[in-house]
Amino acid sequence: MTTLEALHLRKNYDIRGTGLRNTVLKAVDDVSIVVRPGESVALVGESGSGKSTIAKMLIRLVEPTGGDITLDGEAIGRGRRSTKQYRSRVQMVFQDPFSSLNPSLPIRHQLARPLRIHGIVRTRAEEDRELRRLLDSVNLGPADEMLAKYPHELSGGQRQRIAIARALAPQPEVLIADEPVSMLDVSIRLEILQLLDDLKRERNLAVLYITHDLATARHFSSQIVVMRHGRVVERGGSSEVILNPIHPYTQLLVRAAPDPKSEPFVVDPERYRASPDVLITADDPGPAAAESPTHWARAWSDDPAVASLLASLTPAL
Amino acid sequence: MDPILSITDLTVDYQTASPVRAVNNVSLDIHPGEIVGLAGESGCGKSTLAYTITRLLQAPAEITGGSIAWRREDGGTTDILTLDGPALRAFRWQEISMVFQGAMNALNPVHRIGSQIEDIFIDHRAGLTRRERRERAAELLQTVGIPADRLRSYPHELSGGMRQRVMIAMALALRPRLIIMDEPTTALDVVVQRNILEEINRLRTEFGFAVLFITHDLGLLLEISDRVGIMLSGRLVEENTPDVLLENPAHDYTRHLLRSFPSLRGDVPLTGTRYVDAEAASAFASAASAASDREEEATV
Repeated sequence: MTTLEALHLRKNYDIRGTGLRNTVLKAVDDVSIVVRPGESVALVGESGSGKSTIAKMLIRLVEPTGGDITLDGEAIGRGRRSTKQYRSRVQMVFQDPFSSLNPSLPIRHQLARPLRIHGIVRTRAEEDRELRRLLDSVNLGPADEMLAKYPHELSGGQRQRIAIARALAPQPEVLIADEPVSMLDVSIRLEILQLLDDLKRERNLAVLYITHDLATARHFSSQIVVMRHGRVVERGGSSEVILNPIHPYTQLLVRAAPDPKSEPFVVDPERYRASPDVLITADDPGPAAAESPTHWARAWSDDPAVASLLASLTPAL
Repeated sequence: MDPILSITDLTVDYQTASPVRAVNNVSLDIHPGEIVGLAGESGCGKSTLAYTITRLLQAPAEITGGSIAWRREDGGTTDILTLDGPALRAFRWQEISMVFQGAMNALNPVHRIGSQIEDIFIDHRAGLTRRERRERAAELLQTVGIPADRLRSYPHELSGGMRQRVMIAMALALRPRLIIMDEPTTALDVVVQRNILEEINRLRTEFGFAVLFITHDLGLLLEISDRVGIMLSGRLVEENTPDVLLENPAHDYTRHLLRSFPSLRGDVPLTGTRYVDAEAASAFASAASAASDREEEATV
C-alpha cells in the first residue's frame, strides 16, 4: 500500500501592499508530513495556522511554492493525466457536508461520477453493484432509496457518509479528512469518526485527519502534528503530545480545550526549557500574528506559569 | 434568592402544515448572576427557547402555553409574553440582551463597528449627545479588551474572536441583568474560545449579570456553568449542577451525550452509539397512525 510523503512543503501567498511593496504571507513554511498505510495522522492548530492549505496542496487543488509530494517515493507529475491518476489514489473529505454535495443532483449521480471517471465501472450493472457496495461500506441503506434522494433530503450525518463514500469511490489509498465532523452534532461525531477508523483498518488507508479538536485527534490518530503560523511546533505520538505537551503553544492548546472529565491541565514552562532537543521551530510570529500572541495571552495573564510561558514564546513587542 | 427569570410550562409550536412542537412544557429558573447552560442537538428547540425569551419569535412559531415571568429591579414581576409595543422595545436589550449565533454574520458588513454600537444608544438613550454616545461606545470596546481606535473598523477588518467580543460589548451596552448567548463560541478555535469564556466570566463578576448559555458542546457547558439543562426534542429532560450531571446523570440521553465526547486526557473508551428518543418515536408513531387512520376514513 501507499505512503504519502510531503517534504519541506511551502506555500506563499502574495499580498498586495501599498505602492510597489508587496508582502508575502507564508501560509505554510517548511512542513513535512508522512502518512503511512493503516495509520492516521492528526494535524491540529488554530484557525489560520495553515492546516487547510496543506490539505489543498496534498489533494493538488493548490500548487505548492516549494517542497516535494511523493507517493511511495514517486514524484507526482504536473499534467492533467497525472493529476487524475494521483486523485484516484488520494482523495479528500471536506468539512461542510451541506456545501460539498451538489444540491441539484441525486446521490446516484454524485457517487457514480467518480466511479466512471476513474474507470472503476464500465457498465450499468457494474455501476449498480459498486454503488451498493459503497453505500454499504458507509452503512447507508436501503440503497435504492438512498440513490434516488437529493442531498437536502438527508441529515448532516448522512450527507457526510455520502461524502465519504464519494471519496472512497476511486478506491484511494490515502484519505485526507479536513475537519470531517466539525459541522455535525456532537452525538453523531463519534459515529462518523469510527466509520473512518473502521475504513482505515479494513482498507489499510493512510488517513490525514485535520482538526482543531484535540480530544478526537488523540483518540483517533496515532500521531499528532501541531501547527502554528504555518509551521510545525511539535509532533509525536498522540497520547504523548496531549498528556505531556512540551511546546508552549501545545500546552496552551491542551489547557484551553474543554475537558470536564479530568483535572485542569497545569502549564509548566520548565518542560519546554528542559527539552531543547524536541522538535520545536524558532517561534517566528508570522505575518498573521499581529494580534494573536497578545490576543490569547491576555486571558491567562493572571496565571504566573502561563505568563512565564508567554514570555518565552512571544517575541518582545 | 428569587430567580430573575422564571419560565413555567412553556410550549411553542411551529404552525406549519404538520405542526411541530419545538418547545414542550419547559420550566426553568435563572437566578441573578448565575450561568445556566442549555445543551442539546440541532433541532432540539434550544434556540427557539432563546428567541421566545427575547420575544423574537416570528410566524409560524406560536407560543401555545405557559408563561415567562421577569422580576423587575423594583421587586415586581412582568410577564414577558404579554409585553407589547413600546413596553417591549424598552424591555429588550435594557433588561435582557442577546449574543447571536455566528458573530461572523451578526454584524452589518457595511457599517463601522462604532456606528453599530452607537445605534443602541440612539434607540435606547435618546438623551445622549453624539459625543457621549461615542465615549460610551469606546468605553464598551475597552471593557471587552479591544482598543478604542477599532471603532472606525469595519467587521471584516476584525478577526472572528474580536467580532465576537464586539457582539458581547453590544450585549453589555445597557447593563442588562440577563444575557442570552446562543452558540457564542462555536465558530472559534479552542484558544480564542477559552479566551472569550474567561472574558465572559470576568465581566459577569464585574457587572453581575446572569447568562443563559446555549450550545451543543456539553463538555464546555459542564466546565463553565453553575447549572446545566439538557434538551431533547423540545423537552427539558434533565437539569442539575455539572458535578451531579457528570457523576450521576439521571436521564439516558444525558448519559448518551456524556459518552459522545471523548475526554482529552482521560482514558475513555469510545463507542459511538445511537440514542433513540423513545418518547418522541412513540409520539411520532401514534401521530403517523392517526394520520393514516384519517386517510383511510377519507378514502372510505
